[in-house]
Amino acid sequence: MTDIGLVTELTVLVLAIFLGFEVISKVPTMLHTPLMSGTNFIHGIVVVGAIVVLGFADDGFTKTIGFVAMVLASANVVGGWFVTDRMLEMFKRRPDEKREPKR
Amino acid sequence: MISDPDVVGTLYLVSIICFILALRFLSSPKHARRGNWVGGVGMVIAIATTLALDGISNWLLIIIGGAIGSIVGVVGARTVKMTAMPQMVALFNGVGGGAAALVALAEFHVAEGGDLGSEEIVSIVLSALIGSISFSGSMIAFGKLQELISGRPIVFVGQNVVNVAILAAGAGLGIALIAGWDEQWALIALIGLALLFGVMFVLPIGGADMPVVISLLNAFTGLAASATGFVLNSTLLIVAGMLVGASGTLLTLLMAKAMNRSVANVLFGAFGQVQTGAGAARVDDGRTVRATTADDVAVQLSFARKVIIVPGYGLAVAQAQHDVRQLAELLEEKGIDVAYAIHPVAGRMPGHMNVLLAEANVPYDQLKEMDEINPEFPQTDVALVIGANDVVNPAARSDPASPIYGMPILDVDKAASIVVMKRSMAPGFAGIDNELFLDPKTTMLFGNAKDSIVKLIAAVKAQ
Repeated sequence: MTDIGLVTELTVLVLAIFLGFEVISKVPTMLHTPLMSGTNFIHGIVVVGAIVVLGFADDGFTKTIGFVAMVLASANVVGGWFVTDRMLEMFKRRPDEKREPKR
Repeated sequence: MISDPDVVGTLYLVSIICFILALRFLSSPKHARRGNWVGGVGMVIAIATTLALDGISNWLLIIIGGAIGSIVGVVGARTVKMTAMPQMVALFNGVGGGAAALVALAEFHVAEGGDLGSEEIVSIVLSALIGSISFSGSMIAFGKLQELISGRPIVFVGQNVVNVAILAAGAGLGIALIAGWDEQWALIALIGLALLFGVMFVLPIGGADMPVVISLLNAFTGLAASATGFVLNSTLLIVAGMLVGASGTLLTLLMAKAMNRSVANVLFGAFGQVQTGAGAARVDDGRTVRATTADDVAVQLSFARKVIIVPGYGLAVAQAQHDVRQLAELLEEKGIDVAYAIHPVAGRMPGHMNVLLAEANVPYDQLKEMDEINPEFPQTDVALVIGANDVVNPAARSDPASPIYGMPILDVDKAASIVVMKRSMAPGFAGIDNELFLDPKTTMLFGNAKDSIVKLIAAVKAQ
């Protein structure tokens, strides 16, 4: 991947921190468990690193390490996504035939 | 195959946007699920783009590795019980951290012979260190929550000395590596020490504090992924990892605040160890608990105008969520106002109780957060506490000697009457006695929560 320079990377990092705090602070307590597992899924992005390492590996050591990383990271991605989806599917409003909540 | 870095970068940018939107959509349960799908699309784009990079080979290994991980992930995610969600999150969190550490190790190995800049080597050390701590720490958290290891804090003499020694050795190796010591075994030893530290770090923390630990380790894995991004010069990993880092940090602080303790106190206080004083100071003033029967509670409920249900983890353990919903619906049919009061640390992780009740089809607009519901307790006829203990303990307001003193609680004791459903008089997860049970307004309905509620439903129907 192309090197964009350390300062630019740090700038991106700092902006991501602020953005992260901003976005996450809007998530209601009710959804904190799905938030945790959803962010869990997002850090599965490390799978990209695993693919790069394994895909460019040309010796046994790197292949082994890359392979294990690939297994772990894909379990993280797939498991994290499915578990989040399963949880969010359950969050439902009151059925329409019943009264809407007061206020 | 894509060889133009601008195309790759643009596709990665689309992934970043998808991840940010995924988190944005989580601001309301209405479109939260759609958000997760958007995140999924982002991940697919990121993975597909990476696979299409020029020069990627070892396809068989990539496919087999991906397949094994995916199968484990799907099976785990599909079969886990909602009560076991915290350990599942810990597990998936741990494997992510482990993957980050391994990617760092592989990058170091490939570059051996020394074309690593100081930026890369610092990032490799950080990624290996944080990722490994997250991996082993999460595994211990998993073990504690799954009750493979005792949930009590595990402490031994000289623990601090050992921890400091591990940290010092790790820091020494890290600094040596950064200073240009190009030895692979040093990085492997660093990973080993970090793994050991993760274990030592989580062992002394009690089961009740696991929500804080899990969200902190979640932040750690995010940071490790971000550090990996610096190694690989990938803004995608830097941003996605940091979003998780920010999220985990924020949740850790919120959790600690909900328990009115500092993060440092949670992590290093060995909660549960300092209880002897609080227990001994309590005077036996002759007050006793009053036991009641399902029939009496049914009468109480039937003549109430407003009932607040306070669910705790005991409810989930008894798998009584569906029965509680039935009871609530029955009361609503009688024209009684029913709401659920959810404490921020009810359950085993932040927001866990909401998930458990949602699973039982309780509409989410009936679930009230602590600040919203507390002013309503004085106008409440019956507060029905089911398997909750520490989060309704008035000692948090009144007894400075109590370990939970200062923790915000649900003001259940302000209701006109309180019914506590409990298996026995055993203390709660924090291991302390509860004044509420001795309150003259309180009656206790002993027994398994599920059995009690089934009896209660029958009794209310008979009314």
